[in-house]
Amino acid sequence: MTQPRREILQKLTPVLTKRWLSPDAWKMEVYERLDGYAALRKALDVHPDDLIQLIKDSGLRGRGGAGFPTGLKWGFIPQGDGKPHYLVINADEGEPGTCKDLPLMTYDPHSLVEGAIIAAYAIRANRAFIYIRGEAVHAARRLRHAVAEAKAKGYLGTNILGSGFDLELVVHSGAGAYICGEETALLDSLEGFRGQPRLRPPFPAIAGLYASPTVVNNVGTIASVPYIVLGGPEWWKSMGTEKSSGPMIYSLSGRIANPGQYECGLGITLRELIELAGGMQPGHNLKFWTPGGSSTPLLTAEHIDTAMDFEGVAAAGSILGTTAMQIFSDQDCPVYATWRWLEFYHHESCGKCTPCREGNYWMVRTYRRILSGEGTHQDLDTLQDTADNIFGRSFCGLGDGAATPVMSTLKFFRQDYLDYIEGRTAPRLSAKALVGAH
Amino acid sequence: MTDVAKKTDADPNRGGKPKDTNSVTLTIDGIQVTAEKGELVIRVAERMGIAIPRFCDHPLLAPAGACRQCLVDIEGQRKPVASCTQTVAEGMVVKTQLTSEVAAKAQGGVMELLLANHPLDCPTCDKGGECPLQNQAMTNGRADSRFKEHKREYEKPIHISSQVLLDRERCILCQRCTRFSEEIAGDKFIDLMDRSSGEQINVYRDDFFGGEGTGDGQAGDGEGDVPFNSYFSGNTIQICPVGALTGEQYRFRARPFDLVSTTTACEHCAAGCSMRADHRRGKVLRRLAGDDPAVNEEWNCDKGRWGFQYQVATDRITTPLLRDARTGELREVSWSEALLAAAEGLKAAKGAGVGVLTGGRLTVEDAYAYAKFARVALGTNDVDFRSRPLSAEEADFLASSVAGVADVTYEDVEDAPSAVIVGLEPEEECPILFLRMRKGHNRKKLQVTAVAPYLSRGFEKLGAALVAAVPGDEARLLAEDPAIAAALSVPGALLFVGERLATVPGGLSAAAALAARTGARLAWVPRRAGDRGAIDAGCLPNLLPGGRPVSDPAARAEMSIAWKVEAGALPSTTGRDTDAIVAAAAAGQLGGLLVAGVDPGDLADPRLAEQALDNAGFVVSLELRHSAVTRRADVVFPVAPAAEKSGTFLDWEGRLRSFGTVLPSTAMTDGRVLEAIGALMEVTLGTGDVMTIRRELGAMPVSKAVRPVAPAVAAGPRPEPGEQEAVLATWHQLIDLGSMTEGDAVLAGTARPPVARIGRELAATLGVIDGDAITVGTDRGAITLPAAITDLAPRVVWLPTNSPGSALRRSLGVTAGATVRLSAGRPGPVLASEVNS
Repeated sequence: MTQPRREILQKLTPVLTKRWLSPDAWKMEVYERLDGYAALRKALDVHPDDLIQLIKDSGLRGRGGAGFPTGLKWGFIPQGDGKPHYLVINADEGEPGTCKDLPLMTYDPHSLVEGAIIAAYAIRANRAFIYIRGEAVHAARRLRHAVAEAKAKGYLGTNILGSGFDLELVVHSGAGAYICGEETALLDSLEGFRGQPRLRPPFPAIAGLYASPTVVNNVGTIASVPYIVLGGPEWWKSMGTEKSSGPMIYSLSGRIANPGQYECGLGITLRELIELAGGMQPGHNLKFWTPGGSSTPLLTAEHIDTAMDFEGVAAAGSILGTTAMQIFSDQDCPVYATWRWLEFYHHESCGKCTPCREGNYWMVRTYRRILSGEGTHQDLDTLQDTADNIFGRSFCGLGDGAATPVMSTLKFFRQDYLDYIEGRTAPRLSAKALVGAH
Repeated sequence: MTDVAKKTDADPNRGGKPKDTNSVTLTIDGIQVTAEKGELVIRVAERMGIAIPRFCDHPLLAPAGACRQCLVDIEGQRKPVASCTQTVAEGMVVKTQLTSEVAAKAQGGVMELLLANHPLDCPTCDKGGECPLQNQAMTNGRADSRFKEHKREYEKPIHISSQVLLDRERCILCQRCTRFSEEIAGDKFIDLMDRSSGEQINVYRDDFFGGEGTGDGQAGDGEGDVPFNSYFSGNTIQICPVGALTGEQYRFRARPFDLVSTTTACEHCAAGCSMRADHRRGKVLRRLAGDDPAVNEEWNCDKGRWGFQYQVATDRITTPLLRDARTGELREVSWSEALLAAAEGLKAAKGAGVGVLTGGRLTVEDAYAYAKFARVALGTNDVDFRSRPLSAEEADFLASSVAGVADVTYEDVEDAPSAVIVGLEPEEECPILFLRMRKGHNRKKLQVTAVAPYLSRGFEKLGAALVAAVPGDEARLLAEDPAIAAALSVPGALLFVGERLATVPGGLSAAAALAARTGARLAWVPRRAGDRGAIDAGCLPNLLPGGRPVSDPAARAEMSIAWKVEAGALPSTTGRDTDAIVAAAAAGQLGGLLVAGVDPGDLADPRLAEQALDNAGFVVSLELRHSAVTRRADVVFPVAPAAEKSGTFLDWEGRLRSFGTVLPSTAMTDGRVLEAIGALMEVTLGTGDVMTIRRELGAMPVSKAVRPVAPAVAAGPRPEPGEQEAVLATWHQLIDLGSMTEGDAVLAGTARPPVARIGRELAATLGVIDGDAITVGTDRGAITLPAAITDLAPRVVWLPTNSPGSALRRSLGVTAGATVRLSAGRPGPVLASEVNS
């Protein structure tokens, strides 16, 4: 492990993560002592439209992966339409490698609650939901506790802080389906139906939860709101780049000395992040990595100086996604890694559309065969073609996410495949893996 | 004869909608086309003759975009787009597989993926030969599969109801079946289960959904299965684009390419569904819903689809039978012997009078033959098609408001803002009318008001508002209830009255008056296929064919000319109705009876009806299967079932549903038999073949007779049941013990289980809970059924009319509106003293 240099350490911008190391920051009294709910008081004095403008001015972009401008999204909600509006917070964090929202909700749940109240006030919603991943029991417990504390304090409920604004905030635990992180599947699940993506249009802003105008935002997006309200858009834009403003929590995992969350301004490079994380593990050299979770096209060592913002990563041929960087070294096998990801996507495919449902079934089995030493050269063409037939053809983005690592590894590491097929690499799986119908 | 179809074409104010000016122009495969805003790309392409392959897409279901087979390339779009979900836009440039490599590649890819886990068991699959997957795989797929892995396997097949089987490994998860069940039928009993490649269609298997699970929400090893309980389940088989859903009756029976298909009409109810019957080697093997957008769209009910086993039932009569004077038993005789015996017997009986009773299975042509036979050969107006409880008021109502009237169509139902339904349970008594109402309610703006004792499951699915009616009180409600009047005052409102309203004194009078007062259009909906046609054919004691009143000399004169009989030869007094014929025959006052398609158990008093058959001097029966009538008849003639003859039904709208012969056979129509009997009675009937009858009917001039005014019978007193008593409510369930479905165990398996419905108060009084036995009795007998506690009007009990364990008219001798006794549990032994008192 190496110590990061001082100038690199200065790249850290703890905003959303600033309370994580304070003992008991998840408790109301500690949170309030650390500027908690100050933004709420400030926000409730402002007209909701001005709040939406404020967020627009800050340039805040969605932290869930797509990077859609948040203020714009809020502005889509038709006002004065006589329908109830809903705020739904997507806390169904399940992308392999991504671990930024769960620690936030565990160590600083009140920042999300406070952001939710401000956001709901801005879009004029009297009901908000946090749809949290079912497995995240501890984070959900902390969140529920925070909601109860906020309610006891009058930050939630009727006539919040005498403003006349009412809000009920419900923490809803999912039932363990990755697809429910897709916003329309999340809404179906929240309504009590089978979690499968809906046809769009209509978009959630027009007909979302219970066919009413709904904003669906990521945890990181909503948790950013109080800081923007307190610090102002100019301060926010002082971090990050022109088009990708603000700080971002980068979740680093894999072959680095100190895996974890590093909050820096958007636009930092992997090289800098690895240094912050204490460098690569001894004996390991960077081989490939995901910029934003496993569903984003892989990058290799040559991309180590790519600016990690929406534009920079896109220019490198990938997607910023959830800024979950899984770092693999020359001792890791890209074929094996891809198989593991595929098993995940196959398991999590909702089954609605043909390409994702059948394509993953097929690819998983082909990988098992290759890794058992029974692959053929034709398999590589079939894999490439199947991935092409899934990518852009499935109902939602899950299929794209599944096809992505296949396409990336075939592009960068074809030799690794050939090594299995031609017997240079010892089989990683036994032929037993091939038995059985499922 | 009235015919809605003709009327719709002729009248510019009905039918066709005003032309929509909201159109857009787009280009598909380089061809410019104009389409309506909101139209789907796949439909526009289809109109142009460009077939885009598809599976999940169905024009009558909401778009899903699940199978991804219909991907096309749209300029400006990054990815291929599903043409079944994409609506057209101005200037859109679409390229299908015909002109775009991308679209062709995408479609080929999806096809390969669909086939990855699809078993290639086409040679043994029922769908092979008519399978959209097979066909489109041939046109758009690869010649060979690259898929070398192990295919998905499931236990096969599973019964999701007694009729419907599911082979899950064949399923391509297009969800047409689940979408149909939810959107169209409203019976969400099948759904997607599990996920990923293990995703499957299945029935609910836990007790959350009403099944008997383990009690803790866990699947009870199949114990808790909730079967696919829908009257429309067969449609899912028909729209399944693969062989995943199959029907018990047809599975493994035939290959599609060996079948001969004939378009025909359904003979079961007054909905008038178009149907396709497929036969092979002299046997109908299956029936499918026909495609008629004006009537049944593409759907039918399970009774229509599967209720044709009676044609091959072992008790079908195939030769004429004559009662042997020596043994008193029926014996098989030649046609000539039977015809002569019938003619002689009827001639002899004519003096004392012969009553003609016909039932609901008759076509218009056959009903006309009976109407003519009664008047010309028997010289009587004692003819009635109503083989069910009836009233004189009803005959007047049919003459004033139904005969020759075709005021309301299915399209009107769909587009109506409001409909009031009284004396009719659409889902049970006219299922396709129910589906159209549901479409109007779900997709348009139809608000349904039900005047009924409780909000049935069918009415719930129509989102109906309930005007709770104690049976017998409907007439008063129609006259007084403000909610009903308000619902009918909306312009375009419709008033539906079922045949059951006949048993409510003043009910039909009140309905006619209400329609006249509010301007709502009135539609009378009978239960059986032949009923509406029998009215216009003249099978009523007060009406000659074409709605001509028998009491009107001008009407009689018209018919004398048409029938080429002497002026004044036609009987001029209104005849006896079914009840009066039965009463007269039972009292030994009738010389004979001519009976066709009547089950005495359906009449108001089955016991009396059987006495009538016993006491009538001479009984001639024309029948398909042995029945309580043939057992008592002196001469029995076999007649052709609907599949073996051509004919016409008039549906509830008054629309002609003509059909040709499906199966060539030697069986004769009722009209042909009557003509032969008539010939031996020195009467030329001219009903020997269907075309002759149609010509005769067609040549008949429009009647100049004055239409009688609607009846004005006062409402009866409100029933006042005493202690331990209740008012009886009842109607037929769709699948019950009806003579055409009787004995079909598979079909009976999808019938709703018979229960006795009582309200909460009654249940509390009796001390019973759901499922406890309760006994409903009259002086004649008793019916014991499990109680189903329902939100029923107070002091009302509902029983199915003719279901297993509840042959209501036979057991109780009463019908709706009667006061019956109630007790908990099974009846104890009956003491002789009680019977005598």
